[in-house]
Amino acid sequence: MITLYDYELSGNCYKLRLLMGMLGIEWKTVPVDFYPGREHKSDWFLKINPLGQLPVIDDDGLILRDAQAILVYLASKYDASGSWYPRDNPALLGEISQWLAFADGITGTASAARLHDALFYDFDVEAARAGAHRLFRILDEHLWFGEQEGRSWICSAAQPTIADIACFPYIMLSEEGGIPRQDYPAIRRWCDRVKRIKGFSVMSGVFPAGPAKAA
Amino acid sequence: MTETRCKDQVILDLWHPLAALSEVPAGVVVGTILLEERLSLASDGTGKVAVWRSRRDLPVDGPVDITAVEGTLPVKLAYGYVWTSLGNPPADIFPIPEYAEADRRKLNAATFGVNVSAPRAIENFLDMGHFPYVHTDILGAEPHTEVKEYDVEISVDRDEILATRCRFFQPMASTTSDGGADVDYIYRVPHPYCSVLYKSSPMDETRLDVIAVFLQPVDQEHVRAHMLLCVLDEDNEDKVIKRFQQTIFGQDKPILENQFPKRLPLDPRAETPIRADKSAIAYRRWLSQKGVTYGVIPAAT
Repeated sequence: MITLYDYELSGNCYKLRLLMGMLGIEWKTVPVDFYPGREHKSDWFLKINPLGQLPVIDDDGLILRDAQAILVYLASKYDASGSWYPRDNPALLGEISQWLAFADGITGTASAARLHDALFYDFDVEAARAGAHRLFRILDEHLWFGEQEGRSWICSAAQPTIADIACFPYIMLSEEGGIPRQDYPAIRRWCDRVKRIKGFSVMSGVFPAGPAKAA
Repeated sequence: MTETRCKDQVILDLWHPLAALSEVPAGVVVGTILLEERLSLASDGTGKVAVWRSRRDLPVDGPVDITAVEGTLPVKLAYGYVWTSLGNPPADIFPIPEYAEADRRKLNAATFGVNVSAPRAIENFLDMGHFPYVHTDILGAEPHTEVKEYDVEISVDRDEILATRCRFFQPMASTTSDGGADVDYIYRVPHPYCSVLYKSSPMDETRLDVIAVFLQPVDQEHVRAHMLLCVLDEDNEDKVIKRFQQTIFGQDKPILENQFPKRLPLDPRAETPIRADKSAIAYRRWLSQKGVTYGVIPAAT
């Protein structure tokens, strides 16, 4: 069984809980006291991940770090439908990788602002917020044009991909870093669509969506 | 006398929490903010702590010998936290007798920065009505949404609010729960920015777990929320107990941060309470009687 080294309030850990829930995978949690205990910098954890970062999974002896990398692995191995990470579609894989990198940018900005405000990290919060707004503007326009073309998800696919999962958590948690989303209506509509994917789960700070209006 | 940014003498004269003692490294300056003032604190590693107004010659993260620091502020160590005051504090901090019981687990679940006024956060802590909706399947679940009649008094001799006979159905009341149960609650508000709750212990039906929230007002609309756990649990690691409480608090956080107006209105006509808000009504009245103005919108006189 998969073991997830997990911190409840981490958006990066939540990415994996989300996808595993949607894929119907069972897993075992090893809680890591990221805050205030800084257990991710402890000797035992650094042996598992020398970068001292969460999340990490151990799948039958295969140890992987980095939320985006683990999403690729989980979808490739456990998604029988092949829709979350379609290995036979090079153009789509390119798109997915592009937005996985974009998700890392969201972590570097929106998540940094949240760490500053809630956990007192010594970051330049104004720069982090400005950076997040720049990325949110780009994603909002991308989603808006997609909607005009009948596309519901970040990538050019009829189904959600791991790019949607990678971008979702730190966008949903952005207000905890002082980054409101009222200027991004297409992002807000997309967030509600993600919340309605079968198997969706919440984390602290993320609430479920109400039922969709009948079309 | 140093000029303070906060002009509310009631609040200035209180003891305020700054940090969990266990998280203050020895001999190193830690910076924080209280009532819009930059403060520094340090411990000597043997249980002595000094707090002072931040100064250039003692930069944050730099080394310090606390015996050599002059012009320090009052300090009290209580319930695992460092407390100070910018005014003339009382001799003692409010009592939590259970803290002295040797078999309890005593932990700082976390200190979180929250974009909320201290009084709004206290009110949320007192509210049971939100359990099924915000803490779904942990502290509440539909259809068990009714807040049953409970008692509230403002205790004159102890100068605190006491809500008793509170009872709520909880699917998972604590780390030691093995299923849903009706849980008894008692709430105390012994300090304008601190509250202590007592709830049935799944481990021992004759005793109560104690969970307290101590709010450090950074300014009128921001706090550092320190969460004390003083619970009966023989099974779980510290981090599991902390994780449970952090999960709960993380669910409250967006609710707290979206309160409007951010400061708590004390005029009884400003917001419409329902019966379940009895303790909140008493809290607002008590703040008014004390003449608290910081973090609130005082009632028109």
